[in-house]
Amino acid sequence: MDPNIDNPESPKPKYVVSKRLDSMFYSIYHAYQFILRFFREVFVPPYEFKEIIHQCYEVGYKSLPLISLTGFITGIVFTNQSRPSLANFGATSWLPSLISIAIVRALAPLVTALIAAGKVGSNMGAELGSMKVTEQIDAMEVSATNPFKYLVVSRIIATTFMIPVLVMYTAFVALFGAFLSVHSNEQTSFAMFFSQVFDSLSFLDIFSTTFKSTVFGFTIGAVGCYHGYNSSKGTEGVGRAANSAVVAAMFLIFVEEIIIVQIVNAFR
Amino acid sequence: MQQKAIDRNNAVIAIKDLKKSFGELHVLRGVDLEVYQGENLVVLGRSGTGKSVLIKIISGLLYPDAGEVNVLGREVETLNSKDLMELRLKVGFSFQNSALYDSMTVRKNLEFPLVRNSRNLRRKEINVQVERVLEAVGLSQTIEQMPSELSGGQRKRIGIARTLILKPEIMLYDEPTAGLDPITCIEINNLINEVQEKYNTTSIIITHDLTCAKQTGDRIAMLLDGQFAIQGTFDDVFASPDERVQSFYNYNFTK
Repeated sequence: MDPNIDNPESPKPKYVVSKRLDSMFYSIYHAYQFILRFFREVFVPPYEFKEIIHQCYEVGYKSLPLISLTGFITGIVFTNQSRPSLANFGATSWLPSLISIAIVRALAPLVTALIAAGKVGSNMGAELGSMKVTEQIDAMEVSATNPFKYLVVSRIIATTFMIPVLVMYTAFVALFGAFLSVHSNEQTSFAMFFSQVFDSLSFLDIFSTTFKSTVFGFTIGAVGCYHGYNSSKGTEGVGRAANSAVVAAMFLIFVEEIIIVQIVNAFR
Repeated sequence: MQQKAIDRNNAVIAIKDLKKSFGELHVLRGVDLEVYQGENLVVLGRSGTGKSVLIKIISGLLYPDAGEVNVLGREVETLNSKDLMELRLKVGFSFQNSALYDSMTVRKNLEFPLVRNSRNLRRKEINVQVERVLEAVGLSQTIEQMPSELSGGQRKRIGIARTLILKPEIMLYDEPTAGLDPITCIEINNLINEVQEKYNTTSIIITHDLTCAKQTGDRIAMLLDGQFAIQGTFDDVFASPDERVQSFYNYNFTK
């Protein structure tokens, strides 16, 4: 029998240093095993295409209203906040360039990922946690279905694919919001605004944003599923799983952002 | 109960010296058990004595610390994931809280194991099987309902129907009458007997409800202090002078 890494009854190692420190390292090891299992199972048939499409719909389509609103407001607010600083130097004509770089390189991926971590990550943590404590995951297992593949792999694939799409969408919505602000204050035309926007962006910007948002998407899915799939202690555990999923995903998103920015800047 | 044909030479489940602990808590302390083809075995015992742990080990949901668990001729603890999946097709598990997928309708709940394990089945054939198994548990009218719209007894029945759809050879019932009113309990007990007759299953029924034990069990095994202290027919078991057995009986029938 394969060692079941998700089995909460599996023996834990004896304490080596202290309970807290050992527990931390054990959690890291457990998470590592979880990710490893994802990569082991993702390429092996049967493929759950229907469930993946369903999850893409849940992650992507159902996040659109929130993402649209947030992206739009971010674009307007950032433009309005930047204008006075540039106006001091008589450089408001640089607004489209500044905004495009800020939105595409940093704001769109971060804002989208943080919103998705809150909405999608917590949803996954709570949903899988609830399934775990009500024995629905065990029920799948005894029905000769691989619950990890059906529930976890499909969700991680969905977030990994859909977050980059949502990031692109957020970037366009935010740029549109910024355009409305610039147009109403500086009377810049639509063509002029977007011409400046695209002139300021390089291939590296688009590539790094796509790569970054793919990493963010994987993180949101993996963290949400990990906490939900391994939740315990009844309804309290479900709440904790949802909460931990959001906190851990947000923390990891910032850490990844710092690392990726450093790497990309080395190529700039 | 009508005398059934139980093949005493054919043990479909054979457990030897099974041990399982959770930390310092030693739940199963050397369990030996054989369950024969066509038999309904009732496992009785107080809460927390490891009854559910036992059937979770039989279905491969939990791992034993020591001992051998042989189900349909295969050692469960040595099986790889693929072989375990194959074995699980033959072992149905009815959960204490039904464990219905609450985001799916009754139809989707019943289809789920079928679609996942017979991917070439046509829609028409799936519908026929779902309707047939729902009819067997007497709940055809609930097919488009969500689990949250069902009563406790209905949920139990749907849970049993979901396991029956894969036509298992062995049925494991975890507290089938827990939390139900006496009339619904009797209905569930009758359903367990009907399932055994119609599908020719071998069953292990975990319960602490003596009425359920009396109505469904061909044999009773009493789990006390991590071991089967006594086995036999209902009358044999409760004729035992063992104080623990008598107190269990008295509590159930004189409370």
